[in-house]
Amino acid sequence: MTNKIALNLVDVEKRFGETEIIRGVNLAVKRGERHAVIGPNGAGKSTVFNLISGYYPLTGGKIELNSQEINGLEPFQINRLGLCRSFQVTNLFAKMSVFENVRCALLWSEGYKYSFWHLMVRQKKLNKKAEEIIEQLNMSHRSKIPVGELSYAEQRTLEIGITVAGGADVILLDEPTAGMSKSETEQAVELMKFVSEGKTLIVVEHDMGVVFDLADRISVLVYGKIIATDTPDNIRNNKAVQEAYLGEEEEV
Amino acid sequence: MVKRYSVWIAAPVLLIVLPQIFDSGFAITMMSEMCIAIIFALSYNMLLGQGGMLSFGHAVFYGFGGFISIHAINLVTDDIIVIPLELIPLVGGIAGFFFAILLGYISTKKAGTTFALISLGLVELVVACVLLFPSFFGGEEGVSGDRMLDYSITGIGFGKGVEVFYLIAFWLMVATALMYLQTQTPLGRMANAVRDNPERTPFVGYNIHLVRFFQFALSGFFAGIAGGLLAINYEIVNSEMIGALASGHVLLMTYIGGVGHFFGPILGAVLYTFLHLTLVNITMAGQLYLGVLFIIIILWAPNGMAGILMVHQPVWRAGLFKELLPTYLMALGAGLVTFFGALILVEVNYHLSLSIEPDKPMQLFGVEFLANSWPPWLFSIALMAAGYFMLRPIIRKIGLKWDELTQVMQGGK
Repeated sequence: MTNKIALNLVDVEKRFGETEIIRGVNLAVKRGERHAVIGPNGAGKSTVFNLISGYYPLTGGKIELNSQEINGLEPFQINRLGLCRSFQVTNLFAKMSVFENVRCALLWSEGYKYSFWHLMVRQKKLNKKAEEIIEQLNMSHRSKIPVGELSYAEQRTLEIGITVAGGADVILLDEPTAGMSKSETEQAVELMKFVSEGKTLIVVEHDMGVVFDLADRISVLVYGKIIATDTPDNIRNNKAVQEAYLGEEEEV
Repeated sequence: MVKRYSVWIAAPVLLIVLPQIFDSGFAITMMSEMCIAIIFALSYNMLLGQGGMLSFGHAVFYGFGGFISIHAINLVTDDIIVIPLELIPLVGGIAGFFFAILLGYISTKKAGTTFALISLGLVELVVACVLLFPSFFGGEEGVSGDRMLDYSITGIGFGKGVEVFYLIAFWLMVATALMYLQTQTPLGRMANAVRDNPERTPFVGYNIHLVRFFQFALSGFFAGIAGGLLAINYEIVNSEMIGALASGHVLLMTYIGGVGHFFGPILGAVLYTFLHLTLVNITMAGQLYLGVLFIIIILWAPNGMAGILMVHQPVWRAGLFKELLPTYLMALGAGLVTFFGALILVEVNYHLSLSIEPDKPMQLFGVEFLANSWPPWLFSIALMAAGYFMLRPIIRKIGLKWDELTQVMQGGK
């Protein structure tokens, strides 16, 4: 029954030298929930993601994924336990094609490990799956192009595609719509809804339209602390949140 | 389909025919050395091109392959073990693989500068071992053996150079095919992924250290095969083969050929071996010319010979290469003038400082002159200046021509 919580952060702390960046974050994300983390610049949103995914070690507290403690594990171990993440700055395999990028993201979850005896062209199921994912991203016509040559919005889309390709059931997206136009953002939101179907999604986002459209619950992070976690409506009406952050942006 | 496999059919035919056409001892030696260099360079590119690991110590595994092979040959000669000569390269490969596992686990923990420096440290370590264990490394003169073993699968005696060449050619085909296929496997692709973005790779579930490590171990295996073949070819292995210079050679030939394409190191190994073996006989400055070639490639064609070829592929396909040809020929002409000027200067200086009798006249292209007189100096500088001033407008013209062609090709799409 404890399994209802997909991701649980307990008193998570992170210091870089003397500087405290994360000062005791508590966050419980339910299974199947779409959860948004918002907060002003420099609040530590990306740092929280880096802590969850094992990119940085914790200074204090603990993190549980499906009730299993994951702090101290390497990023690849956390990924294998079913957590994936995207990056704020596009982070792809630049010299490889779209197809190769997606296929590489599938290899581990398809059980190939470090094989040097399977020929990739012969792996029908793997190749079909990669093609399906690319189709879902609406990028079939760009399949053979090196990702370095894609447009920015296409790279961001592929970033999401690669993140979810391995089939992890907890998905962390770091500002997936940053720098996108309005229509591109709409498409990205549709994609996020689609790929997180039946999964747990945690997203850091600056675009309040996206946040209120997508999220079941919202956490507000200010100076390394979560000051509120609630439904979008309640967050909108929360005095402390308005003071700290929301007010100015909402009035625009 | 036919086109895809045509290389794999044409290459063995070429390897069978070549020694029939070029049948002098020197040619056979050169071709054997080329084939060995190809295997070695391709194995090096498994690290550099495929995995983004710049190693200064790849000859360690080549060398261990050679030493273990020559010891194996001697053990067979002494009737202690039974291995047919045809399989000795496999012994070298296993030795390379074993030492790559032994030494690679630590160095592959990090990439980039750290990896490069550790590889350099390993060379020093092994070179120190050469002095520490003379019974294994044979000290200064090395270890020799006799490749004419009593055991053979094919029944060939391997007394003649051409017989050894065919053995090397066989292993070249096997090793090249395996290394090519390896690029098409999950490990091969993940090595590319680690090269392109080591930060992202863990987040698709891979341990980047292990990807590098396995890639390193396989690369050591193929380097060992090349080492085993060298041991068979020369019947002697010494510490030169395992040291920093041999590691430098393989780096140079791989870079000159091009690290970005599978076939690049093949071109590099052939050209480099050819130049290396011929220049040494012609001039004392051979190594200098090779160094200059390397610098030119690094500066102006960082993707090497393969890169130059591949850039021209779309132009060739569009039938537009003839547009470029005249300017290229002009550039070649001007380049040769510059090079010829530089060459005179280099040879004159080598003669003055290294010849036994620098005051005696020297010969260059059949012309006899005094090195310490002013005409050759003046002529050389004049040629270089003339070449330089001819080259500049031609290079600009090539740039313009390329812009024009790019537009034509994009318009054609």
